[in-house]
Amino acid sequence: MSKTLANLKYTKTHEWLEIHNDGTASVGISDHAQDLLGDLVYVEAPEAGRKLTAGNACAVVESVKAASDVYAPVTGVVVAINAALSDSPELINKDPYGEGWIFKIKLANAADANALLDAKAYAEFCAAESH
Amino acid sequence: MGKRTPLHSTHLAMGGKLVDFAGWDMPINYGSQIEEHHQVRTDAGMFDVSHMTIVDLRGPRVREFLSYLLANNVERLTQPGKALYSCMLNEQGGVIDDLITYFMRENWFRTVVNAATRDKDMAWIRRQAKAFEVGVEARSDLAMIAVQGPNARAKTLSTMDNGLLKAATALEPFFATKPGDIFVARTGYTGEDGFEIMISSDRVQSLWLALSKAGIKPCGLGARDTLRLEAGMNLYGTDMDETTSPLESGLGWTIGWEPSTREFIGRQALESQRGNANRKLVGLVLQEKGVLRNHLPVRVVGVGEGEITSGSFSPTLGRAIALARVPLATTNTCQVELRGKWVAATVVKPPFVRNGKSCITL
Repeated sequence: MSKTLANLKYTKTHEWLEIHNDGTASVGISDHAQDLLGDLVYVEAPEAGRKLTAGNACAVVESVKAASDVYAPVTGVVVAINAALSDSPELINKDPYGEGWIFKIKLANAADANALLDAKAYAEFCAAESH
Repeated sequence: MGKRTPLHSTHLAMGGKLVDFAGWDMPINYGSQIEEHHQVRTDAGMFDVSHMTIVDLRGPRVREFLSYLLANNVERLTQPGKALYSCMLNEQGGVIDDLITYFMRENWFRTVVNAATRDKDMAWIRRQAKAFEVGVEARSDLAMIAVQGPNARAKTLSTMDNGLLKAATALEPFFATKPGDIFVARTGYTGEDGFEIMISSDRVQSLWLALSKAGIKPCGLGARDTLRLEAGMNLYGTDMDETTSPLESGLGWTIGWEPSTREFIGRQALESQRGNANRKLVGLVLQEKGVLRNHLPVRVVGVGEGEITSGSFSPTLGRAIALARVPLATTNTCQVELRGKWVAATVVKPPFVRNGKSCITL
């Protein structure tokens, strides 16, 4: 069973969002997603300053098995990217909710996050999807 | 539910993630494909390859039969136990399958063909065998484990004793031995030293567990694929099939042209293609970050177009690599369309990696 964290919000496209106090949020892919993809070997993160629209593809994660788009969970501007992933994409496999974060976004509208799934709803979504 | 090898429950117990492979439930990995890949390059790993088809061919005219059936020449097999890699062609020179055949005795050759092609291979072999009165028996009673890596032999030998130990210790590369009811060959599909072991299905689990106890880690078909790609070994159905000849598949070296009097299926078609094939199979190394994938378009400006047949990420080189079928005139570089962008790739002669070491200049 894949791990979910109660303090995170999730999307049906398997991204997670962690809201920080300063109006920014970290974004990554879920434990379930990294497990499905297998060993990651390449991450193409969005450049800092780029404006993202919720639901649009904004990054790519590639494993030995497949390439997968990462979709922006919310609308906003990229304020930081995780440079460590360039040399160590496997951080996403090892620690998807921690060191494996992909980018930080400044939310255009803080309330947007409320529309996302909570951990319980996301776990149920994954369970239903795999049946 | 797919077909299961005798090691099915063992894979599950060891954390294997099972996927469908040619109708079989096979482990793709036991956690991390890349760790398993490195395990084989640096130490020893084992693969359940019981899904592959072991075929015993028997009869006084079996050598004559194989001399007709196979593009490579079994007359090269003079010492008992010696193995030969070959394509089995149709009349058009297309590859029905690639296989390995072991010369056991003058009236017995053991051949291993792919799992995905089992039915058509068996039908073809049986049809061709009739005229030579050769018995064709698929050995579904046998299971097979491939143990590969620089320490594979030493660790495997540590689990053996008596006659088997003596015979397996003495095995030269590309030879097999069968001192009792266990068949051991010094062959593989990873570019590393090691053994392929055939044993009756009811005993394979205890062998697997003994090998595991000797420090040999289970590895899945995922690592097997990146290992064989690094080793520059073709995968049937991906890098070649019935529409491509060995000459277009980097397998010209496996065609036994001499003696010119030897007739084999597909010879005529190959003779007319010889010297004027317009495509070839080459290795590619991606210069930038990203991963090459099967079927990506390839172009060589001013020369023509091609396609990646097998693309992946090379864990040993830390680069994306591929096998690609390209125009014959292709030289040192080409471009690959990667996610809508044409990017540069270097053209190399496979293998990319052998015996743990890079064979190419990055």
